Amino acid sequence: MTHPRTVFDKIWDAHVVETLPDGTCLLYIDRHLVHEVTSPQAFEGLRAAGRRVRRPDLTLAVPDHNVPTEHHAEGSAAILEPDSRLQVQTLERNVVEFGVPFIPISDARQGIVHVIGPELGASLPGMTIVCGDSHTSTHGALGALAFGIGTSEVEHVLATQTLLQRPARNLLVEVTGRLGPGVTAKDMALAIIGAIGTAGGTGHVIEYAGDAVRALDMAGRMTLCNMSIEAGARAGLIAPDETTFAYVRGRPFAPKGEAFDRAVAYWRSLVADPGAQYDRTVRIDGGEIAPMLTWGTNPEAVVPITGTTPDPDAEPDPARAAQIRRMLAYMALTPGQALEGVPVDVVFIGSCTNSRIEDMRAAAEIARNRRVAPGVRALVVPGSGLVKQQAEAEGLDRIFTEAGFEWREAGCSMCLGMNPDKLTPGQRCASTSNRNFEGRQGPGGRTHLLSPAMAAAAAITGTLTDSRRFA
Amino acid sequence: MQPFTTLSGIAAPLPRANVDTDQIIPARFLKTIARTGLGRHLFAALRYDESGAERADFILNQDPYRRAEILIAHENFGCGSSREHAPWALLDFGIRAIIAPDFADIFYNNCFKNGILPIRLPRAACDQLIADASMSANARLTIDLERQVVRRPDGEEIPFTVEALRRHCLLHGLDDIGQTLAHEAAITAHEARLANSPCLPVLGF
Repeated sequence: MTHPRTVFDKIWDAHVVETLPDGTCLLYIDRHLVHEVTSPQAFEGLRAAGRRVRRPDLTLAVPDHNVPTEHHAEGSAAILEPDSRLQVQTLERNVVEFGVPFIPISDARQGIVHVIGPELGASLPGMTIVCGDSHTSTHGALGALAFGIGTSEVEHVLATQTLLQRPARNLLVEVTGRLGPGVTAKDMALAIIGAIGTAGGTGHVIEYAGDAVRALDMAGRMTLCNMSIEAGARAGLIAPDETTFAYVRGRPFAPKGEAFDRAVAYWRSLVADPGAQYDRTVRIDGGEIAPMLTWGTNPEAVVPITGTTPDPDAEPDPARAAQIRRMLAYMALTPGQALEGVPVDVVFIGSCTNSRIEDMRAAAEIARNRRVAPGVRALVVPGSGLVKQQAEAEGLDRIFTEAGFEWREAGCSMCLGMNPDKLTPGQRCASTSNRNFEGRQGPGGRTHLLSPAMAAAAAITGTLTDSRRFA
Repeated sequence: MQPFTTLSGIAAPLPRANVDTDQIIPARFLKTIARTGLGRHLFAALRYDESGAERADFILNQDPYRRAEILIAHENFGCGSSREHAPWALLDFGIRAIIAPDFADIFYNNCFKNGILPIRLPRAACDQLIADASMSANARLTIDLERQVVRRPDGEEIPFTVEALRRHCLLHGLDDIGQTLAHEAAITAHEARLANSPCLPVLGF
């Protein structure tokens, strides 16, 4: 009789190839997702050592970070920035040389790596999934152990299909009750980070549970797990259930027929055993969560849209007070200022956090028959070519363009300032992305993280706005 | 990888929490296919103004800290993205060790892959070392990985610990991949068990 195990424990145990004397484990990796930014030096390392990719059939590469959000039909040759073009074309050369499955820019399936993995069924429950990108935690929504790695580890996985890892601790985040009307998975994620802090999850894998989590659709679960890294966690995951199985069924790379049934039978075992021990448990009442947004320059600096910025003079810890002052100065906000009504210059709806069809629908619901406020630039960037196709089939693109939003092609876009979509110094952006660090969306840019509905509402009024006013 | 045994060098105080990887190296400098040459972009927004001129008030623009080999900071150093460009930029600048109360997981891991030693010490010890480092004449600290101690300018030793395998690899400059390939038989055996798993479809394109 083994001790009662968590979901993380079960997936971990199933993938340990060998345990080394100091407790470090050699962990097998089922799926390795590769993009253009964190892989060139890894392929170069293989080449220098005369090594091959051990399991190209478990590897999938796609360009996303540098990809402009227009002219996709013309492929990488249409990238105007020479360094971005070189990076994408280096990936194109590497996948040929090493025989790695690849989705080029001109392919309708191209998109943000964390959108296309689940969408294509390349990411599945029970898997270990890694990518040279911290938001790999997204795939945990399927009930997988998915985490970001650095380039040396990308090379290690390419060469060996394994990683040297020490087991993480278990953190249970239980969100009870029901989210209120107009409150989304993004608000839940921001509320959790506000509660536990940007280092609250360090060394842990978060398992999200509770009725409010169970009630989320897969897109919402991906949003929630995506932001786990912003709480410092190694990964975030949700035990797979009927919602998960219904999502996976019929995806291009998912098992089919009898193999699917056998897979589901196994996936059903990936729930925490009664009495499973968590190193830490956090409970949050889902009914208490309001639409949230960040006011500062890290993701724990959050308030409800009905709230105000903090007053550093009321903060007893001098280091913390200094940090609040610095964040307020960077964000051009004052102590005790109401967030609602603060004018925005740019609205960005997209990123691996919020660019799925459900996110597009939520934003379109608010944009329908309304107009983007004068002087505001509003971008909608679907997370993949397939999301774009689906949105267009539903007429969402027309709702957006008639309202004055730009309807772009798939990519990371304005999340991180590596492609032409970026803020200019001093611009304030209502953004559905995941990081509000100084300069993240472009040097001197000011980011407020929020949900797609909140972003759309900000585009319409031209100011930070409680999206529930449009309900 | 360059081994790390002992380091005696100038320590730069950076008394900030949540130094994120976008601060360490902004994303626009990640468009490189090399590991080297990133040192000039280290802390770009903090080091340079809009015109590209050095900001005199930033610690790494001041003597003797321009030659710093050790950084001392506050909580959650290296939070944010998985970009290994962050340790590459630090290493290219000349930083071989970072002392902080705690580190973000991926950054912490990435340091060891590049011969950089991240040292976790209690906040009070970090503040003491920051005070030492702030007196520029006394800015030199010694780190002994074999004995796992940081020696202050007055000779006092502060102990720290590093996981055994990581310490071993750093002390000897060992390449992980070479070591893992020694477990080839175990990896192959694991793969044989997976061969008919419905949960691990291969990607036939």
